[in-house]
Amino acid sequence: MNFDTALPLLVVASSLLPGLVIFFLRESSHGPRTALNLGGAALKLLLVGIMIWGVFHQHVYETRWTLAPGLDLVLHADTLSVLFVTLSTVLWLVTTVYAVGYLENSPHRSRFFGFFSLCVSATVGLALAGNLFTFVIFYELLTLATYPLVAHRGTPEAVRGARIYLTYTLIGGVLLLLGTVWLHVIAGPTPFVEGGVLSRVPAEYHPQLKVIFVLLLIGLGVKAALVPLHGWLPQAMVAPAPVSALLHAVAVVKAGAFGIVRVVYDVYGVQFADQLGLLIVLGVAACITIVYGSVKALSEDSLKKRLAYSTVSQVSYIALGTAILGPVGTIGGIVHLVHQGIMKITLFFSAGNYAETLGIHKVSEMNGVGRRMPATTLAFSVAALGMIGVPPVAGFISKWYLGLGAVEAGMAAWVMPVLLASSALNAAYFLPVLYRAWFRDAGPAWPAEHIPAARFETAGALLWPPVVTATLALAAGLFAAAPYSPLEWADLIARREYGL
Amino acid sequence: MADALIWLVALPLAGALATLLLPRAAGAVVIASGLGTSMAAGALLYGVATHGPLHNAIGGWSAGLGIALRADGLSALLVMMTALVALAASVYSSAYFNTAAQRARFAPLWLLLWTALNALLLSGDLFNLYVTLELLGLSAVALAALGGSAAAVQAALRYLLVGLLGSMLFLAGVSLIYAGYGTLDLAALAKVVESGPVVWPALTLMTAGLLLKTALFPLHFWLPPAHASAPAPVSAVLSALVVKAAFYLVLRLWLDVFADAVTAAAAALLGLLGAGGVLWGSWRALQAERLKLLAAYSTVAQLGYLFMFFPVLQALPPGPARELAAGGLVILALTHGFAKAGLFLAIGVIQQRSGHDTIRELDGTAQRLPATTFAVALAGVALIGLPPSGAFLGKWQLLAASFATGQWWWIVVTAIGSLLAAAYTFRVLGHAFGHGPYPNQAVTLAREEWPALLLGATAAVVLGLAGAPLWTLLEAGA
Repeated sequence: MNFDTALPLLVVASSLLPGLVIFFLRESSHGPRTALNLGGAALKLLLVGIMIWGVFHQHVYETRWTLAPGLDLVLHADTLSVLFVTLSTVLWLVTTVYAVGYLENSPHRSRFFGFFSLCVSATVGLALAGNLFTFVIFYELLTLATYPLVAHRGTPEAVRGARIYLTYTLIGGVLLLLGTVWLHVIAGPTPFVEGGVLSRVPAEYHPQLKVIFVLLLIGLGVKAALVPLHGWLPQAMVAPAPVSALLHAVAVVKAGAFGIVRVVYDVYGVQFADQLGLLIVLGVAACITIVYGSVKALSEDSLKKRLAYSTVSQVSYIALGTAILGPVGTIGGIVHLVHQGIMKITLFFSAGNYAETLGIHKVSEMNGVGRRMPATTLAFSVAALGMIGVPPVAGFISKWYLGLGAVEAGMAAWVMPVLLASSALNAAYFLPVLYRAWFRDAGPAWPAEHIPAARFETAGALLWPPVVTATLALAAGLFAAAPYSPLEWADLIARREYGL
Repeated sequence: MADALIWLVALPLAGALATLLLPRAAGAVVIASGLGTSMAAGALLYGVATHGPLHNAIGGWSAGLGIALRADGLSALLVMMTALVALAASVYSSAYFNTAAQRARFAPLWLLLWTALNALLLSGDLFNLYVTLELLGLSAVALAALGGSAAAVQAALRYLLVGLLGSMLFLAGVSLIYAGYGTLDLAALAKVVESGPVVWPALTLMTAGLLLKTALFPLHFWLPPAHASAPAPVSAVLSALVVKAAFYLVLRLWLDVFADAVTAAAAALLGLLGAGGVLWGSWRALQAERLKLLAAYSTVAQLGYLFMFFPVLQALPPGPARELAAGGLVILALTHGFAKAGLFLAIGVIQQRSGHDTIRELDGTAQRLPATTFAVALAGVALIGLPPSGAFLGKWQLLAASFATGQWWWIVVTAIGSLLAAAYTFRVLGHAFGHGPYPNQAVTLAREEWPALLLGATAAVVLGLAGAPLWTLLEAGA
């Protein structure tokens, strides 16, 4: 085993091994636990940096391990996996800092950080999965690793929320597995290859391929929160803020969306999927979800739930981009994988800060919070404006490419109204929040002020993460044309996918 | 290498005798002979992997006259599983039975059971198989009654009667075979057996006896009370190994010795009963109020999956696809062995520490014993068949073979059974979260918690990630 075959494994192991050690640490071993967490995150960042450089220069990194005859666990770095791995790694580092600040005095920390590391390992594993079989393995591992995180608080609502989450995801997982096995029986191993591998399957199997696609789409749609499979997401909001942040930005929801991208582009092939008439199915599901999520978000007073419905809506932009045939739409969908992650994690960090610092959980309690917590509210505002699609924040780039792609593919007639309606709805549920925070006067007292204003508006470990991610969201928009920006990388993926 | 065959029977038997002579040192003797037997099992596995099937005629008598021991890939794997599971349970038992008197009563029966298991797995002729089956049944019943409560004795008595009935049916079948062919040697029989009126009644009788012993639905009625009222280390071995031994014989007879006599309809019947076991066992496990009963019903369900392999194997032509599916069957059986043993040991810890195993009242206990709860979770992952457990690979093969042979109904049953397993596993794990007092460290009781953790990890991780050599071994040692 040389470095090229070990690198993908090392990227996964750099969070997996620290996680396993953390389980057996004493609760009181604060120092070693934080060192393992941050050390693993930093090491992973370094390894991923090497990987980005190598993949850009057409280097092949692949770990292969046979689990059974004909069934290989393959970790393979291609442009798409590198995009998702980088997103996970950067946001994991930031979220770890945040989680240490958020949870360091609460019970069951060894359990929490152990599963937290497993969760990131599973995400990175499914990002690097080189075939559908490997993807399914890490997809299920992700379910297992996140369940204890959602239930972490141990209140009856938390246990109930976790149970609902598990019910949805395990049923989805079974359907995904059935589709994968069926595909395996028809077409043999299904490695992820740019342009897909199924177009060579004889025509007599095409009806079966359609059924399999629906099975896979439902299995992945549960995690991606496609309507009507989204019911678990608002319930899972009982999780601690860093978990919600991770769930919504990189781990669970994004795993589903990433899976849809993989299945369409690298298993079926986007042209072949279009031939089978499957892109329409996906496109319609995505459009319904985009509008439905936004409408539901309008009426939610709970800040975290409003953000949850916003996720339902925003993640389907990725599915929509996938359903639009043509490189421009592809760029829009894939780049949103990153943009939505950075913006949404900022929103959840900020929401967590409001709750931890001042006890604010509801939109109606946010009057005048901008003056008390300016940096957090500024970060929140940047991300919210980005979600609406205001330039120059990253979200604008995604929507621009999606719109342009729809025009190019001749789908503008129904995609454009959806994009416009969604932007209007995003504005309708985010702008009132911003207005309250900046322009209304604060009430006589905050609901429960846990952390008094000192040198900073809140604890340092809570403040820096949203500031950093908001800056990233702004930078991803402002410097979209710079080399190695998310947009440029998405462009590279699209070019390799379409063989341009 | 062939000496390992003898050591595997001689070491636990000598240990059993030694514990009778030295009752005070019973605990130490169990561990010592357990370690020795496990090393012999490792040597056997290595030997079969490198040299192919092994054979040892004790005393030099030729086949048909003396006692011959032989091992192929399948039996070597099962001997290895037996060794690891029994060793872990032995370590745990030294903490579970906390007085020397208890250990002295437990030890000889325990090692006798181990002897019987190894002898059964290594026997090459039907009469010896009958003898070992009887020995296994009797020592298992005695161990199951060790708890001493009225419920335990009653369950053990029923277990005894069912076991005797099963052995009698098996013996009746064996005598028909002897009358028809004049030999009981499996290798010799495999060459001469052909489908017809001589074989069918004999195979039916033997199979009926074995199905009773392996608790295939609807012949499972005796299992839940017997397994749920035995002491924890005994339950672990009963559920993981003893029913698996009878299943091994069904496998041996149907897929190997009498393969030519088996019809598609008969295989479909076994599959159907298996499907019934999966659904009924899982459903009852979900309803169970006590942890041990949950685990026992889950065994009924898990055995059902193994029988669902028969109709798909029957439909597949001999070749790589069939080998692949057969390997799936074996890895599923092994995974269940490790997972169920781990689960019963973990339940034992919970029961001893909290004084009960009522699921509804688990809150405090599950939080006070994080490592044990984690062991339950690992076992649960394997029982559900989630990756990276060995059961995931096994179920994958079952699903793939069902798709390939167009028998989609097994797919539906597997999917429902897995979801039910998830439901009963997480019904227990939901109690691990809460605000009860919790320890500063995951593992608090090393000797009691590590065996369950290691067994669970073997089922949920090791077999899944390092299971590939199993297929080579089954092929090489066939």
